Amino acid sequence: MDYFFELFLGGLTRGSIYALIALGYTMVYGIIELINFAHGEIYMIGAFTALIVSSVLAFAGMSGPSVLFLAASVAIIYSAAYGFTVEKIAYKPLRQAPRLSPLISAIGMSIFLQNYVMLAQTSDFLPFPSLLPELPFLESYGLKIGSSEFIILVTTAVSMVLLMLLIKFTKMGKAMRATAQDRNMAMLVGVDVNRTISYTFIIGSILAAIGGVLIASHIGRINFYIGFIAGIKAFTAAVLGGIGSIPGAVLGAFILGWTESFATGYVSSDYEDVFAFVLLVLILIIRPSGLLGRSTVQKV
Amino acid sequence: MKIRLSGRVFLSWFIIAGLAGIFAGPAAAADTIKLGVAGSHSGDLASYGLPTKRAAELVAKEFNAKGGVLGKKVEILSEDDVCKPELATNTATKLVSRGAHVVLGHICSGATKTALGIYKDAGIVTMSSSATNPELTQSGKYPNFFRTIASDDAQAKLDADFAMDVLKVKKIAILHDKGDYGKGLAEFARGFIEASKKAQVVVFEGITPGAVDYSAVVNKIKQSGAEAVIYGGYHPEASSIVIQMRKKKMGTLFISDDGVKDDTFIKVAGKAAEGVYASGPRDTTKNPLAIAAIAANKSTYNTDPGAFFLNGYAAAQALLNAIQKAKSTKYEDVAKALRTYPVDTPLGKIKFDKRGDAIGVGFSMYQVRNGVYVEVPAATPAPVKKKK
Repeated sequence: MDYFFELFLGGLTRGSIYALIALGYTMVYGIIELINFAHGEIYMIGAFTALIVSSVLAFAGMSGPSVLFLAASVAIIYSAAYGFTVEKIAYKPLRQAPRLSPLISAIGMSIFLQNYVMLAQTSDFLPFPSLLPELPFLESYGLKIGSSEFIILVTTAVSMVLLMLLIKFTKMGKAMRATAQDRNMAMLVGVDVNRTISYTFIIGSILAAIGGVLIASHIGRINFYIGFIAGIKAFTAAVLGGIGSIPGAVLGAFILGWTESFATGYVSSDYEDVFAFVLLVLILIIRPSGLLGRSTVQKV
Repeated sequence: MKIRLSGRVFLSWFIIAGLAGIFAGPAAAADTIKLGVAGSHSGDLASYGLPTKRAAELVAKEFNAKGGVLGKKVEILSEDDVCKPELATNTATKLVSRGAHVVLGHICSGATKTALGIYKDAGIVTMSSSATNPELTQSGKYPNFFRTIASDDAQAKLDADFAMDVLKVKKIAILHDKGDYGKGLAEFARGFIEASKKAQVVVFEGITPGAVDYSAVVNKIKQSGAEAVIYGGYHPEASSIVIQMRKKKMGTLFISDDGVKDDTFIKVAGKAAEGVYASGPRDTTKNPLAIAAIAANKSTYNTDPGAFFLNGYAAAQALLNAIQKAKSTKYEDVAKALRTYPVDTPLGKIKFDKRGDAIGVGFSMYQVRNGVYVEVPAATPAPVKKKK
C-alpha cells in the first residue's frame, strides 16, 4: 500500500507539472484554435532565466527563499514577455490565414527558440540549484513525500485556483470566455480581442514559467531541449482532457501522470510511453474531443 | 556491354595478378619480416585507421634500428579497406598473397569479422587495435584473432564484478537508457550477474531519456530493495536519477559506465555525485612508453596521436615481440608466444588470454570523491562508508 501511495504521489507531482504547461496549450487553443508548439520553449526559457538569476544572486551572496522568490519572479516576467512577443511576431500577422499557417509558424518559433537558447547559452546540461527549501515538518511523515514534491503540489493547486477565479470572476476572464465562444461577436460587443489574446498568452507563459522553475529545481538539471519532451507530454495531456477545456487539461495531466507512474511502478518503465499513448488513443476513440472537451458543431 | 564489362574485369584481374607478382617477387628475395597493416586509410573513417598505420611504422622503425626481428628487417605492407566489410576480404586476400607474416588490423569490427576467415585459412595471426565487438574473441571462431582494446562487454563485466566482489551487494537493479550503447552494456551486465549467481538482478528496465522526472523508477528501486544500481547510458539521466535517489535519502550505490565518467556529471549532480562509481578507459597517458610513442609520432609526422594510436602501437610491438620470442613466424608459435610472454607497451605490460583479449588492457573503476573521479582498485575493497 505504501508503494502504491508513493507511486500515486509521484504521478500527482508529474501530473502537476504537465498541468501547468498543458493549461497554456489549452487556453491558447480555446481562444484562437492554435496549437502553440512554442509553448514548451517558454517553459524552458523560464527555467533558464531562473537559473541565470539565481546564479547571479548566489554570486552576490544571497541565499534562501528570497533567491527562489526573485528568480521565479524574473522568470515569470521574462517568460511572459516572450509569450507576448511570440504571439505578436509569429501568430498575429497570420490570424486571418488558413489554420495551417500559424501552426507551421509555431513549429518554426519552437525550433528558433531552442536554437537561440543553445547558441546564446550552451548545448551542455547545466546544474540547476535546488531552490526549493527543505520543509522540516515533512520529515515526520517519513520519506513518503519530499519537500520539492510537496511544494510542486501546493504551488500547482494554488495557481489553478487563482486561474479559475481569474477566469470566472474578473473582467478579463469574462472577455477571454467571450472571445473563446465567438471572436467576431465578442469584437462586436466591444471586447478588445487583441488585448484578450495577448493576456491569454501572458497567463499561459506565467504558468509555464512556474512549471519550469519547479521542475528544474526538482530534477536538478536543464538544457535547451527540456521544453520539447515536456511540451509534447503536456500537449498530450491537453488533448486527453479535451483541448480548449481548462478543467480538461488538468484532469488529462493528472491521468497522464498517474498512468506513467503506475506503468513504471507495476509493469516496466520500458512501457511508460506506450501506456500513456495507448490510453490517449483509447480515449480519443471513445471520446474524440477528449474527456471534457465539447464536441464542436461546425459553425456555418 | 556485358562482354566489354567482363573483358574489363578480366583485364583488371590480370593487372592485379601482375602487380602482386611484382610486389611478391623482390620482397621474397629480400627476406624480411612482413607486418601487414590493414584498416581504413582513406574515406570518412580514415581518422580511425591512420593512427594505427603511423604507430606500426614507428614501431617497425624502432625495431629496425635495433637490428630488426630475428635478424631481418621489418617491412610494412599497408592495405586500405575503408572500413567496408565488402572490401575487407579483398584487402585480406591481397595481404595474404603478398606474404604477410602477421597482420595488424583491421580497424572496424565489421571489416575485421569478414577478413578474419581469410587470415585464419592462411594461418596468419591478426591483431586489431580497435575492433571492440565482443563476438570476435568470444565466439571462438577466430583463434588467430587478438586485440589490444577491451571489448564492449569488458566494461559491463568490470561493473558487474565490482558490484558483486568488491561492494559485495546481493541485489542489483539495472537501468539503461534504451540506446545501443547503454542497453548493450546493461544486457551484458545482467548476463554476467545471472551467470555468476553471486547476486540477483531485481529490476531491469529502460528509462525514457529526457523525462521530466524519474520518481516512479526510483520508487521501484527502493521497493525492490536493491543495494546497488548499475546504469548503462549517459550522464544527463544518470544525474537526475542519482539526485532523486539521494533526495529520498536512499543510500543505494550507483555504478555506471564511461558515459557517466565525465566531469559534467559531477558538475550537474553536485553533492549527489559523491560516492558514485563509474568505469572508464584506463588512463595510460602517463606511462613513459606512451609519452615516448606520442613524442615520436609528433616528431616524425607532426600530428596528434589520434584515435587508437597507443592501442596500435602496443599491437605492433606485441606482434613483433612475439615473433622474436617465438623465433619463428609460424602461426602456432606466434600465437603461443602472444599468450605466454608479457610485453611492455604504452598500454602497460600486456599479454593475451586464450580468447585473444589483452590482459591488463581495459577499464578501471573510478569513484567520485570530493568532486573528482578517483581511480579505485577493482581487486581490493575500496574504503566505502557503509550507508544504511
